[in-house]
Amino acid sequence: MDRQEILEELKKVLAPHTEKKELLDSINDQTDLIQDLKINSANLVDIVIDAEAKYNIEIDVDSAEKMVNVGNCIDVIEEKLKQKA
Amino acid sequence: MSQRRVVITGLGVVAPNAVGVPAFLNALQNGISGLIYVPEYEKLKFNCQVTGRPNFEWEQLRQYIPDVTFHGLKSMGIAYGIKAAMDAWIDAGNTLDSEEPRWETGCVFGNSTSDSGVMKNVFSRIEAGEAKKLGSRVIEQMMNSGVTAYISGRLGLAGKVVTNSAACATGSQAILIGYEYIRYGMAKRMLVGSTEHVDTYTFGAFDSMRVLSRKFNHEPERASRPMSQTAGGFIPGSGSGALVLEDLEFARERGATIYAEIIGGSSNSGGQRGGGSMTASNPAGIIRCITEAIREADIHPGAIDLISGHLTATGGDTTEIQNWILALDRKGANFPLVNSIKSMIGHCLSAAGSIESVAVVLQILHQFVHPNINIEDPNPEITKKITMESIPTSCIKRSINTVAKANFGFGDVNTCLIFSKFNQNG
Repeated sequence: MDRQEILEELKKVLAPHTEKKELLDSINDQTDLIQDLKINSANLVDIVIDAEAKYNIEIDVDSAEKMVNVGNCIDVIEEKLKQKA
Repeated sequence: MSQRRVVITGLGVVAPNAVGVPAFLNALQNGISGLIYVPEYEKLKFNCQVTGRPNFEWEQLRQYIPDVTFHGLKSMGIAYGIKAAMDAWIDAGNTLDSEEPRWETGCVFGNSTSDSGVMKNVFSRIEAGEAKKLGSRVIEQMMNSGVTAYISGRLGLAGKVVTNSAACATGSQAILIGYEYIRYGMAKRMLVGSTEHVDTYTFGAFDSMRVLSRKFNHEPERASRPMSQTAGGFIPGSGSGALVLEDLEFARERGATIYAEIIGGSSNSGGQRGGGSMTASNPAGIIRCITEAIREADIHPGAIDLISGHLTATGGDTTEIQNWILALDRKGANFPLVNSIKSMIGHCLSAAGSIESVAVVLQILHQFVHPNINIEDPNPEITKKITMESIPTSCIKRSINTVAKANFGFGDVNTCLIFSKFNQNG
């Protein structure tokens, strides 16, 4: 799965957690989950849990803490997918 | 302390026999039962297999809360509370959205326990070593103040925000607390009410106490029989009721429609002494509670037109009537009208007082008395003390100015509220 494919799936993971759904079409690596998508910081953990289920991967706590913008999220997911392969 | 007048300007209800005020009014006037037989309860070998459950559409919550909040909400008790509270708020002529905190408005909302279905998910996940999969939305639904937090957060209520719990007296106690804050000048407006979701686990625990009606499982509409000779226990019900209470001047300034007034109330305990216990009321406590509410209202007991009783359909019904007789010093043909909506919806436990208070306000507003259904066989112990004229079995039109509403709960706790038709001149 390349970064673009991960991004497309990531939009579906993020959708239930943001009221700014219209912004999802134009997100890029720099899009900040809290600042730009207005996601409640307490709910970032739910995004990690949903991503684990979506990609069938395990994201450890240290990696999860890096997932603050879209680019970081894709980095972590890409890494975990490679580890699984 | 200066005393303010407290008026009711908004109503919301999620009841087993109707969701929303117009349908609830119709159900009250026509004696419509909301009780159903639950096949699952038979499989689980419960003695009682009947419950009152609102016909609630989960999806409609989207009208009240943002998608992000909706996503991940699982607690039925919180859902009922949100619906009733938002409906009451809108009914009072308010908008849901507010950029600024509403400093002048508080919230008192009660419940018995957090949703045990939500709790079960927590137990199973954790025991399976999957604690990390629970996520961020579980604690807010496990906490007893969850329902109050969802409601006050949605509306930006920023006065006193309180969650109360007093078993079956919870709902009327929530209303009393909100009333007192306004009456004594500590708030301008309070959104008050309570919620209850009797799920399988709570139901089963009550069933085990052998306090539930078990002889009408295949005639669910006849299963809740307050004041009847064949009353054999109560039927647990679920739902929520909510009211907007306001300082009269505050309501007038914003041009609100006033439905009725609360003129007095009291809450106490019988101390689990003198016949009172964890599960029974001390009559002296009840009589004192009613007497104090009447004194606070500054009325003569003879002014009470209608009693909205606790009257659950247990052996306690006869004692309750006796307590009212002593508290009001009115008996026989001089006893006021009395009714129990529990005959239609069962006993909604923590939500009983708030749903029943919505019913009281509607009876004052539309000048009627809803029927007691299922009294084909009045309890002779009760009709020895008061006449059938006091116990309407069909809806009657009547001038209703003053209503006493009481609820009594486990832990020997009591609450009595005195409602009145709104009179401009006081």
